[in-house]
Amino acid sequence: MNVVETIEQSVIQTENLQFYYDTHHALKDINLKFEEKKITALIGPSGCGKSTFLRTMNRMNDLIPGVKTEGAIWIGKENIIESSIDPVELRKKVGMVFQHASVFPFSIYGNIAYGPRIHGERNKKVLDEIVEENLRAAALWDEVKDHLDQSATGLSGGQQQRLTIARTLATKPDILLMDEPTSALDPISTAKVEELIQTLKEHYTIIIVTHNMQQAARISDFTAFFLNGEVKEYGQTATIFNNPLNSETKDYIAGKFG
Amino acid sequence: MSAKRKDQLATAGLYVIVGIIITVLAGLLGFVFVKGVPQLSWQFITSPPQIFKEGGGVGPQLFNSFYLLVLTLIISVPIAIGAGIYLAEYAKDHWIIRCIRVLIEVLSSLPSIVVGLFGFLFFVLYMGWGFSILSGAFALSVFNLPLLVRVIEQSIHNVPKSQREAGWALGFSKWETITTIILPAALPGIVTGIILASGRVFGEAAALIYTAGMSTPIIDFTNWNPLSPTSPLHPFRPAETMAVHIWKINGEGIMPDAAAISDGAAALLIISILFFNFTSRFIGNLLFKKMGAN
Ligand SMILES: Nc1ncnc2c1ncn2[C@@H]1O[C@H](COP(=O)(O)OP(=O)(O)OP(=O)(O)O)[C@@H](O)[C@H]1O
Ligand SMILES: [Mg+2]
Repeated sequence: MNVVETIEQSVIQTENLQFYYDTHHALKDINLKFEEKKITALIGPSGCGKSTFLRTMNRMNDLIPGVKTEGAIWIGKENIIESSIDPVELRKKVGMVFQHASVFPFSIYGNIAYGPRIHGERNKKVLDEIVEENLRAAALWDEVKDHLDQSATGLSGGQQQRLTIARTLATKPDILLMDEPTSALDPISTAKVEELIQTLKEHYTIIIVTHNMQQAARISDFTAFFLNGEVKEYGQTATIFNNPLNSETKDYIAGKFG
Repeated sequence: MSAKRKDQLATAGLYVIVGIIITVLAGLLGFVFVKGVPQLSWQFITSPPQIFKEGGGVGPQLFNSFYLLVLTLIISVPIAIGAGIYLAEYAKDHWIIRCIRVLIEVLSSLPSIVVGLFGFLFFVLYMGWGFSILSGAFALSVFNLPLLVRVIEQSIHNVPKSQREAGWALGFSKWETITTIILPAALPGIVTGIILASGRVFGEAAALIYTAGMSTPIIDFTNWNPLSPTSPLHPFRPAETMAVHIWKINGEGIMPDAAAISDGAAALLIISILFFNFTSRFIGNLLFKKMGAN
């Protein structure tokens, strides 16, 4: 692996990270540092372990029977794969957005207020503020402010995706993991979500999986190229796209496989 | 034959099948209503039956049917939801669990008369509850639980995995995810299960004859103290339901207007089922809105 630039201010760092689905060794010795308030893109062909990697960082993989994680993932001073870390608390700090917007079949308001309410916020006024603030942050407020009580399932795909982003923001995470957040969206919605992701960088450290090379080039500061469960190359996005050191990276970016 | 032609034929076939079903249903309902609705009056709905004379009603039986239903649901719904959650969310794929599933399937097709006799031996005699509403409610719970558990497990299971993951990713614990996301999303299916089970309670006679009994003592509808023996709410009194009553007067009714009463009771029973059906859907929707946290 070639780390082109050394990252100074890392908030997340993985150390010899291994991950197994039963006997399948899905992540092999991953050593990555993610910089604070930057966007890092994870690219690579289908099945190379991008989602698996993302899901080790908020311990979503814990919920799959028979998996094993080794090594370390440091977030701040804590190794979050240790059993003393409560994954439920961790997931409040490390939010996740999925490929298919999974809005709850409740109202728009209910979708956002849900997390804070379950986490103990009861004050209606505070909840109202949280809903407005996060819908604004997700660039959805103007489109939905007049029908917050309508079912969220009636929104368009792009609106639903921005709603799930707002919903994630409402639990006040520091880190946002996004797994192909725009792959189910049309170009216009994609553009809106991309724009949103870039504004979010001001407050959040973002790691995004994408199959769209232009997207990775457009929005990310750093890029990691995954292949067969390994990181083949990692560095500044401009470097990875313009002067990749690794021939496989070059071929993948050039569209020769994947 | 072209694909289009096949499509037309299949569509026509489906319409015919649906037509037959609707005709049979409408015919049945129409028959019951045409014969039964003219018998209905406020007096019929509220007064007790007469044994020898004309002009008796089915008031206590109507009340018993609803009361038994409520008791049965109070007993069986929480158990069924618990079991459904366990099977859908917690149970591992283990041979014991597979055995339990097979058992539930077998139990759900158990003839109601068998459940009735079991209830007689266990609740009436062994527990010493006699012929009583409580014995009946427990027997019907036994009768309904397998069906309810299966329907509830299925509707929980049908909630997409993405909803669960969304809940976990928001930092909800497994239990919070189940109670605040999965159960509300499964609610329409759960309500359907409860309605199906309730239809069986309203219509059930065989399981009740040996448990809730075939008589109703004189009850005083102004006395709502459940501990008093003349109170309608007293759980240890025998309680003949509408369905049992229809069955009984058709077999041994000696009042001169037995046929008319049976017709009226049948219509009333169906109306009750429809009424319950609509109210439970309505309540289900309200609950869904409330759980949806608006
Ligand atoms: N739940 C699971 N159980 C067993 N193996 C799995 C599971 N999920 C993924 N895998 C395997 O782990 C490897 C990595 O999968 P992963 O989903 O992380 O790939 P990915 O890079 O996200 O692919 P894609 O771009 O198609 O989303 C694949 O070989 C996949 O078959
Ligand atoms: Mg993936």
